[in-house]
Amino acid sequence: MTSFVEHLPILIIAISLFSALTILVVGWFNNRSCIFIFWLTLLAQFIMSLFILNHVLAYGPIHYWLGGWKPPWGIELVVDSLNAYILIILLFLSLACAIYSKSNIEHELPGKRVSFYTLFQLLIAGLCGVTLTGDIFNMFVFIEIFSISAYALIAARGKIALKASFTYLILGSIGTCFFLLGIGFLYSITGSLNLHDLSILLPPFYDNKVVKAAFVFFIVGLSIKMALFPFHTWLPDAHAFAPAEISAMLSGIMIEISTYVFIRVSFSVFTLEFLKLLPVFDILCWVAVAAILMGSVMAITQVNLKRMLAYSSVANMGYIMLAVGLSLSAVESPWGGLNPALMHIANHALMKGCLFLAAGAFIYKANLWNITEFRGLAKKMPYTCAAFVIAAISMIGIPPSVGFVSKLYIIMASIEIKNYFFVAVLLISSLLNLAYFWRVIETMYMKHEEGGRSSHGSHGTSEEIPLGMLIPILLLSSLCIVMGIVWLGKVPIPVLDQVNLMFGLGKVP
Amino acid sequence: MNSKKEEENVVIETASRIMIPFIQLFALYVITHGALGPGGGFQGGVVFASSYFLYIVVFNIIEGKKRLPESVYTTLSSTGLCIYAGVGLLSIILSFGMAQYLNYGFIPFTSHFEKNRSLGIDLVEIGVGITVMAVMVSIFFDLAGKEKKDKGE
Repeated sequence: MTSFVEHLPILIIAISLFSALTILVVGWFNNRSCIFIFWLTLLAQFIMSLFILNHVLAYGPIHYWLGGWKPPWGIELVVDSLNAYILIILLFLSLACAIYSKSNIEHELPGKRVSFYTLFQLLIAGLCGVTLTGDIFNMFVFIEIFSISAYALIAARGKIALKASFTYLILGSIGTCFFLLGIGFLYSITGSLNLHDLSILLPPFYDNKVVKAAFVFFIVGLSIKMALFPFHTWLPDAHAFAPAEISAMLSGIMIEISTYVFIRVSFSVFTLEFLKLLPVFDILCWVAVAAILMGSVMAITQVNLKRMLAYSSVANMGYIMLAVGLSLSAVESPWGGLNPALMHIANHALMKGCLFLAAGAFIYKANLWNITEFRGLAKKMPYTCAAFVIAAISMIGIPPSVGFVSKLYIIMASIEIKNYFFVAVLLISSLLNLAYFWRVIETMYMKHEEGGRSSHGSHGTSEEIPLGMLIPILLLSSLCIVMGIVWLGKVPIPVLDQVNLMFGLGKVP
Repeated sequence: MNSKKEEENVVIETASRIMIPFIQLFALYVITHGALGPGGGFQGGVVFASSYFLYIVVFNIIEGKKRLPESVYTTLSSTGLCIYAGVGLLSIILSFGMAQYLNYGFIPFTSHFEKNRSLGIDLVEIGVGITVMAVMVSIFFDLAGKEKKDKGE
C-alpha cells in the first residue's frame, strides 16, 4: 500500500518536467502566461516538499520504487530527513528567485523569456532529482541535467558570459566525468548502483584499491562541481555574468547540492567505517581552511560586486566543507556531527540569495556593476540597501544573524577537537569578511554622490525597484535574522539530529 | 534562391522521393520493434529525422521549413516528452494511487497485466521517438540555417 504522500517525491520531479515542456509550448502562443505556470509549479512543489518533511519526521524514510521494480534492479527514490531538509531549502530559494525574475528578466534578457523559464524549470527538475534519488547512476543523470541547464543559463546574456559558460562547461564536464568514473569503479566491484545496496555490498572490499580510487574520483569530481578551493576557477566568472536570479540559484543552492551529493556518497555509500580507515576528512579540513582564507582575500581585491560575492561563495564552501570535515570528530549535541554543515547550507542559501538578488537590483536600476559607483545609493534605494546590509552583517557574523550561528557552531566544534588553528582562521576570516563588506556599505551610506556629475539617469525622489523584486529581497534578508534566532532556540535541531543518527554521527545515545 | 532552384537535379529528386517513404517506414518499424529487439524510440527517431535531412539536402532549407515549421517541431518535441511522462502519470491516476509511477501494468488497455505493460512501453517508445525526431530536426536547423533565416525573414 502506498499512501498519498509517498507519491509526492516522484510528482515533484515529474510536474517540474511537465511544466518545463508546457512553458515551451505555451510560450509560443502567449508569452506572458509562462511566468504564471512557472510560479504555480514551484508553489505546488514547495507545498509538496513540506508534506514530505512532515511525513518523514513522523513515519521515517519514504522508499518509492519506480515502475514497481524492486530496488537492486529498479530505480528507487529514497527520502529521509537529509533529503527533505535540503529539498525545502532548494524549493524555497527557487520560489524567491522566481518571484524576483518577473521584472528582472525583461531587463536582463529581453525577448528570451520563454527559453529562460524552460531552462530554469529544467534546472529545478535536475536539482530536485539529485536530491530525491536513491540510485547513484540516476544521481549522475540528474547532475548532468542541472549542469547543462546551468551552462545554457549562464551563457544567456551572450558576449563575455559565453566565455564564462564555456569555462564552466569544460570544468563541469570533467567533474561529472570523474563522478561517472567513480560510479563505474564501484559498479565493477559490486555490480550494483543502488545507494543502500552498495553500502551493504562494499564493506568486504574496503581494502581494495579500486574502491579507494573510486572514493578519490568522487571527491575530486564533486570538488570541481562544488568549487572547493583549488578547483574554484570557473566559479567567479560564471556567477558574475549570469542573470541575477541564476547567480543566486548557482551560489545559493547549486554548489550546495554538490556538497549534499558528497555527504550522501561518503556517509550513505561508504559509511563511517571506511571514512575512519583513510585520513580523507582531516585533509579536507585543511583544504577547506585554505579555501576560506583564499576566497576571503581574493574577495577583498575585487571591484565588481558580483565577482566579490562569487569569491565570498568560495570562502563559504570552505566553511561548509570544514564543518563536514569536522563532523567525524565533533560529537557534542548542538554542534556535533553534520549539524554545522547542514546549518550553513541553509544559512548560505538565505544570505547569498539575498546578496545576489540585491546586486541584481543595482544592475537593474542603474546598471551599476562596480563598488566604486555605489556612492550615495542608500538614499535612492533605501530598502534594497538595508536588505543588503542585513545580509552583509549576517555574512560577517554579527549576532543574532544566521552567519553568527553557523560560525559559532563551527568554532565550538573546532574547540571540541582542540584545534585552535581552525578557531583562529574562522576569526580572521570574519575580519576579512568585515573588510570587504564594509567597503561596500561605506560607499553606499557614507560617501555622497559627487555634485554636478549627475551620473545615472533621472533623479526622482524614489528610485526603488519594483515591488515584485523588492519582496523576495526583503523576505530573504528578514529571514537572515529570524532564522538566526530560530537556530539559537534550537527549534530545527531534531531534524539534524535524525540525520546524525542515521549516519551514526554525533553522540551515541 | 531562384538560381538554386534552377540547379535542381531530376535524378536526385526522384530517387529521394522514392527513398524517403521507405526510410520513414523503417523508422516506424524500429520504434515499434524496440521493446522486443534491437532499436527503440531513440534510434527510430534518429532514422525518422534522417529522412527529413535527406529532404532538406535535396530540396533547399526554405522548402524544408515550409514542411515542418519551427512552431510544429517545438510542439512535437514537448508533446513526445509529455506522452513519455504522461503514461507514467496515468498509471498512478488510473490505479487510484495504488501503483507506482511508470508502472505501466496498471493502465487498463487490456485485461492482461503483462500485455498492458508491453503496450505502455510501446507508447513510451513512440513518445521518445517523436521527441528525438523533433530535437534532431531543430539541431539541424540551428546548425545549418542561421544565415539563411536572417536573409529570408
